[in-house]
Amino acid sequence: MFYCILCYNLESELEAWPREKEAAVLAQREVVAQHLAAQGRLGPVARLMPTTTAMTMRASREPVVLDGPFAETKEQLLGFYMVDCRTLEEAIAVARNLVGDTGALEVRPVATFYPGVGLQ
Amino acid sequence: MTDAAWIGAAVSAARPQAVAALLRYFRDLDVAEEAFQEACLRALKSWPVNGPPRDPAAWLIFVGRNSALDEMRRRSKLDSLADEELVSDVEDTEAALAEKLDSSAYHDDVLRLLFICCQPDLPATQQIALALRIVSGLSVKEIASAFLVSEAAMAQRITRAKRAMADASVAFETPGPVERAQRLTAVAAMIYLLFNEGYSASGGEAHVRLPLCEEAIRLARLLLRLFPGQGEIIGLTALLLLQHARAAARLDANSNIVLLEDQNRRLWNHELIAEALVLVQKARRLEQPGPYQLQAEIAAVHARALRWTETDWAEIDAIYSVLEQVQPSPVVTLNRAVAVSKVHGPGAALKMIEPLAEPLAAYFYFFGVKGALLTELRRTAEARIAFTQAIALARTAAEAAHIRANLDRLASMDAEHPQDEKQPHREERGP
Repeated sequence: MFYCILCYNLESELEAWPREKEAAVLAQREVVAQHLAAQGRLGPVARLMPTTTAMTMRASREPVVLDGPFAETKEQLLGFYMVDCRTLEEAIAVARNLVGDTGALEVRPVATFYPGVGLQ
Repeated sequence: MTDAAWIGAAVSAARPQAVAALLRYFRDLDVAEEAFQEACLRALKSWPVNGPPRDPAAWLIFVGRNSALDEMRRRSKLDSLADEELVSDVEDTEAALAEKLDSSAYHDDVLRLLFICCQPDLPATQQIALALRIVSGLSVKEIASAFLVSEAAMAQRITRAKRAMADASVAFETPGPVERAQRLTAVAAMIYLLFNEGYSASGGEAHVRLPLCEEAIRLARLLLRLFPGQGEIIGLTALLLLQHARAAARLDANSNIVLLEDQNRRLWNHELIAEALVLVQKARRLEQPGPYQLQAEIAAVHARALRWTETDWAEIDAIYSVLEQVQPSPVVTLNRAVAVSKVHGPGAALKMIEPLAEPLAAYFYFFGVKGALLTELRRTAEARIAFTQAIALARTAAEAAHIRANLDRLASMDAEHPQDEKQPHREERGP
């Protein structure tokens, strides 16, 4: 079984972290990731850009594109796609093709990405 | 991370929201700041024991408000209520409070807090100092060192600025769209000034002043999170990120400024650039170009070029032509002329800056650009005059040194190609 581990935290607090703190956290996670990779158990890892770069497409008869991240607390995260696009406009176009009758899709650029070892 | 370190980060991140909400509640900055201080003291006692609250800002507002109310009751000799037990009971009420915080009032709270630092009567440096003290929560000592003045002088400056601020009336009602837009414009200008205060530093000052740039970016991001659909706030954030991304390449080993042209672009922070390029695209979708967005667009063109020689000058020229319409100014035209010289040649650029001679008669860069264009046209005698005028207007040793290097280049050009110098007298004499 594959599992997704999703990271949540207060963005403004991370911005206030001293550099050494961020480096320490990343180093600690790197150790865990290396260990999993050595066992062939590490899939893709991504760090997302800040929410200020996000756009949200809300399902509607004519889907509405909103500036900003997905901010509702009533809906739950159900899944994600990672796509390669040259521009934000292209990514929004992909989301437009994916959006259903209800719910919302957040389009958020990826800051750093590791493909992992290729899970089977 | 030690308790003190994570609490420090949490408190500093929560500060703008918390002080802003307390200010709306008490309508007095001193009371709001004291209440926040008290809440921080209690956080230092409570958080290491109980763990961090889910929403530190909500916790600090709740505790700060209670402690201030308690203090008021105590002072008015009414019955004292809130005690430590009540305070430690915070977690239950936190959720309800956090929901209220998400309402739009809270966005305007933070904007108001930033806006009260932007009183137009205050000189720019005092506005910035005030914002650093009140919004960012930097100590007077930290601010003084960033401004390269004594702690006592800075303390006095902040006290004076606070007094001026107290006299000015700031509406506490939720602002209407026009007033909100005005506030955003004033606050954006203040954040940009703060950034430039750090960015314009050179040499030995740079390392103490770069934190000002980081603080400006933090405030810009904060503002952008609160007002995500504002093109100019997106543009401002992108512009700051793009300029800050070059920080490591801007100074050489001797702390001299390295021009964009000569910068090692591998030293640029490409993570910040990637973020800024997304923001530029986001702003473009809104189709409301403003000065910050357009400046960010120009910086983005530079950021996309892997080498100076790959710069898309036609694109930069086109963006400047829009900027000239949105914000007409001789300085913008002067900058555009640099792009024009790359696209249409130095002659066209020189013609373009001719009308600027009067409005920019005391502007260092005007003579620097003029001299460079004349040099390209090999009109060395005139170039020398322009550079000499530039040196007289230089404000820093680095600026003067840069022009002197140009003059040296002129001298060697003359030595190599003496015939290039226009010397009509000799030609007239003939054989």
